[in-house]
Amino acid sequence: MKVTLKIWRQDGPQDEGRMQTYALESVSEDMSFLEMLDVLNEELTARGEEPVAFDSDCREGICGMCGLVINGEAHGPERTTTCQLHMRSFKDGDEITIEPWRADAFPVIRDLVVDRSAFDRIVAAGGYISVNTGAAPDAHATPVPKENADRAFMAAECISCGACVAACPNASAMLFTGSKVTHLGELPQGQPERYARVLQMVDQHDAEGFGGCTNLGECSNACPKGIPLNVISQLNRDLNAAHRHR
Amino acid sequence: MAITGLIFVGFILAHMYGNLMIFGGQAAFDEYAHHLRELGAPMLPESGFLWLMRITLIVALVLHAYAAFTLWARAGRARHQRYAVTKQGYGQFYAKAMRWGGVALLLFVVFHILHFTTNTIQINGDFAAPSDRLVSSFEVWWAVLIYLLAVLALGLHLRHGIHGAAMTLGLNTSLTAQRRIHQVAIAVAVVTVVGFMVPPFAILLGLTP
Repeated sequence: MKVTLKIWRQDGPQDEGRMQTYALESVSEDMSFLEMLDVLNEELTARGEEPVAFDSDCREGICGMCGLVINGEAHGPERTTTCQLHMRSFKDGDEITIEPWRADAFPVIRDLVVDRSAFDRIVAAGGYISVNTGAAPDAHATPVPKENADRAFMAAECISCGACVAACPNASAMLFTGSKVTHLGELPQGQPERYARVLQMVDQHDAEGFGGCTNLGECSNACPKGIPLNVISQLNRDLNAAHRHR
Repeated sequence: MAITGLIFVGFILAHMYGNLMIFGGQAAFDEYAHHLRELGAPMLPESGFLWLMRITLIVALVLHAYAAFTLWARAGRARHQRYAVTKQGYGQFYAKAMRWGGVALLLFVVFHILHFTTNTIQINGDFAAPSDRLVSSFEVWWAVLIYLLAVLALGLHLRHGIHGAAMTLGLNTSLTAQRRIHQVAIAVAVVTVVGFMVPPFAILLGLTP
């Protein structure tokens, strides 16, 4: 199949950037989206042009490293990561627009690569628990009810890819922050810091320059791991409780 | 934003109930309007309850609008470089509908107060009795159209706003709760649109007693 790619090119953080058009022929529909970009980059390199910079690592949908806005959708038309998106999701002759995550808190480093260390700082602000080091405790020393364990695992599926921010009309990172708060807040080990955690993580979220949540739900629709919107409501509930506890 | 919004929801449902009084006849409608001024008497002075309600609503409106404009400004600061292509969906639609629709509702509220409360804007004649103002105004098709557009904007605002309020108050904690919240939001929005538009259309078509 043939595709026309309109790709955001930006030489560095200070560069203004622009959309550039490339025609790519003989694309197999069995290629992943990133393999298609690899083919483009081989052609560009052979022509002596600068290849398109993009992030990727595991290429099996679990690391959260890749992420592109494809035709206006974070990770493209399927509910998966960009690396697990395949060219069969497109038609022969399609025009495909590829942009980086757009948020001031995620500055572009080059082309399609953004700096997501704002997420690391939100996690550092409260995404931890305090435990004694030393020998690991017995596996069943602390009982956890099934419903809580399920919900914690559901929230823990977040791979911090940033699609929630990219898809949010407000560029808010509340689905990410809510998933961390829910993941640790559902478990007994997360209780000592529960209320300090939500306050610190929300403060850090706001300080990073992310927008405010208006409950539009585009984050959850774009999430490759299907994290539900209710983690944000859980965050609000914990935040209200934290303000009362202070 | 959630709490002030829910104050408005309560007010709007009470307002709709009052409007439907017109189907009890013009005398019943005028009596209801008059009774609002005497509510709480003799514990409260004449129009005392009315002013308590007005002050509550004005304070709620200021807080609601302040929160909305703060969020709007934050969203602008959070993404200076916009996408070349945006996929339209629920979020993109309601992000605009809540903001521009909210501004439109604010302008409508000003018009509505000038029209029915202060009688500054007169449509189809000057009348002392509230029911006469109501009936004469809605005999004019474009007055019905203005109110129809405003009530549709209100319906959209409620459909997303009630869901958002439940999210903010921490009520959406499971997929079942989420489904129920959406159902309640849609139901209140539909009831509001129908409840508010039945009297004007009935008057326009000459169906009121």
